[in-house]
Amino acid sequence: MRLTTASGRRLVAGIPILWLLVLFLIPFIIVFRISFSEVRLAIPPYTPLLLWRHGSWELQLHWSAYTFLFTDPLYVSSYVYSLKVAAVSTLCCLGLGYPMAYAIARSDAAMRPVLLMLIVLPFWTSFLLRVYAWIGLLKNNGVINNLLMYLGVIHHPLALLQTDFAVYIGIVYSYLPFMILPLYANLEKHDGTLLEAAADLGARPLRAFLRVTLPQSFAGIVAGSLLVFIPAVGEYVIPTLLGRTDQIMIGRVLSDEFFENRDWPVASAVAILILLLLVVPIMLFQRLERRELEAAK
Amino acid sequence: MNAGPSAADRDSAYVRIANLTKRFGDFVAVDDVSLDIRRGEIFCLLGGSGSGKTTLLRMLAGFELPSAGTIGIDGADMSAIPPYERPVNMMFQSYALFPHMSVEKNVAFGLEQEGLGREQIRRQVGEILDIVKMGGFGARKPHQLSGGQRQRVALARALVKRPKLLLLDEPLAALDKKLREHTQFELINIQQRLGVTFIVVTHDQEEAMTLGTRLGVMNHGRIAQIGTPSDIYESPATRFVADFIGSVNMFEGQVSDEGADSLRIDCTELGCTVRAERTVSCTRGATVWTAIRPEKINISRQSLAGAQPGAAENAVRGTVREIAYMGDMSIYLVQIDSGRMMRVTLPNVMRAAERPIAREESVWLSWHGSSPVVLTE
Repeated sequence: MRLTTASGRRLVAGIPILWLLVLFLIPFIIVFRISFSEVRLAIPPYTPLLLWRHGSWELQLHWSAYTFLFTDPLYVSSYVYSLKVAAVSTLCCLGLGYPMAYAIARSDAAMRPVLLMLIVLPFWTSFLLRVYAWIGLLKNNGVINNLLMYLGVIHHPLALLQTDFAVYIGIVYSYLPFMILPLYANLEKHDGTLLEAAADLGARPLRAFLRVTLPQSFAGIVAGSLLVFIPAVGEYVIPTLLGRTDQIMIGRVLSDEFFENRDWPVASAVAILILLLLVVPIMLFQRLERRELEAAK
Repeated sequence: MNAGPSAADRDSAYVRIANLTKRFGDFVAVDDVSLDIRRGEIFCLLGGSGSGKTTLLRMLAGFELPSAGTIGIDGADMSAIPPYERPVNMMFQSYALFPHMSVEKNVAFGLEQEGLGREQIRRQVGEILDIVKMGGFGARKPHQLSGGQRQRVALARALVKRPKLLLLDEPLAALDKKLREHTQFELINIQQRLGVTFIVVTHDQEEAMTLGTRLGVMNHGRIAQIGTPSDIYESPATRFVADFIGSVNMFEGQVSDEGADSLRIDCTELGCTVRAERTVSCTRGATVWTAIRPEKINISRQSLAGAQPGAAENAVRGTVREIAYMGDMSIYLVQIDSGRMMRVTLPNVMRAAERPIAREESVWLSWHGSSPVVLTE
């Protein structure tokens, strides 16, 4: 009996571990390995890591892909730009999402599932379609410009598309639910009597919020921010369709290196560096989560 | 520090609740309650769940707005004052300590809202933590404390602002029995030391009796009776109060004779006539209820004064059906000849009685004429 439960437990834990191993760790190692090779015109289009030469195996590590990333300013500026876009979008999502999550958490218990449903509803339409729809809204003779011109507010169309602004709109619009849902999950658990206690002790509503609700929702803020920030850094579709042409984000660089330049080593190096950039916030998050868990005990 | 309330203060109403009503839709939670609370007393609001006691407390704190009526504290009308500006603090049933703040921060919270200096806050927090005997725990977080310690911190947090009125919502409900008894006396101690007026809401009559200078028994949103603990216990005004506080043997009967200071009541349910002190006005033939507390009944093998079954006064025959030994006392459930059960308690004065009354034994129950309480409603 005990044997079966023990092996059952191992099975349950084993499936996700196997999943991560086959679909994440091994591909990662392959990419990591490719990033240390050089381009060559062959199949596969990169040099092997181990070479049989003079009767023995020789390890061939090339740093050229990495050094190349730092010699051409395109890459550094793409990284910086990606971080900036992701950071601004995350802050906008937080600013918009927090009040929404708070309102849902404070709404009538019967209304909450309906409101949450509305938050998730956009996912029922294809992501690509929704981003295309923004082109129709933002372009020079799009809905917004036409309306403003018709109303006489402006006389020349505003350049809305292919701007940072359009990218922010696209990212905030697409990722807002990922901010709202963890925030809601956090805020919904808050004990209303704590706010009453704060009021009772002389705190006005705003102060009570800042001193009691906000600090307690910190884990939700971090979770939501990471869920927006991490995918936003590597975002490819939104900046490609809505964004600037003179400044591309790192996701686009990655794709171009693979498919346009066929430079797999550089593309791999770009991917590894994105990962390194994102590992830091993820680790911070995990540490925080562990602390929360301990506090909950 | 506080010299204690003077005699003049004691008699005047410090908290004046007048015709207070609270409706939630069709439901009337608090129904036209008027109540005066004196300075420096511990007033206990006692009632079952849904009796309106918590709603009344929440209106005093300002969390609920009255549908009608007024609340005055120390002469000032509270109707339009939000909770964060009332000179009232509350100790919540769940304690409602801020989980992300240390004990010190929790207690300091109220003082910080007043904008006091850091040094002064530190001193006052230290003082109050010493009073509740939590001096060494300032740096702990609430989840690192036991239930009793949390209760003390909650009390300190509510008291540190020296409110004119402290509201306590079931202050001892979350503590185990031993700790509860100990804490009761400590609460009274602290209250007397600081001279703050307490209003305690509780469903636990024992807690209300020990804590309260006066009690208000609530039922269906109304105050059923106000009085000292012994008033309420010995002279309940209604059947509800008699039944709610302690246990009681209650029998319906008709007044068959009225003297100057005594009443005779025929109780068919009881199978004997009851002679009781005249405490209420009622006429011959009126239906009344007699209530006799279990500890005021004598149990013996022989009838007193040779009373005959069916014709006795303040005495009735029965058979012991159950005996519950509680240590300090025993509870006897006696089925009297009319078929009804009566509850009798006797203190176990002797360690071992010579021939204790046993189950299924035939016994006589009797009581003094001052014991029955006659109730008309």
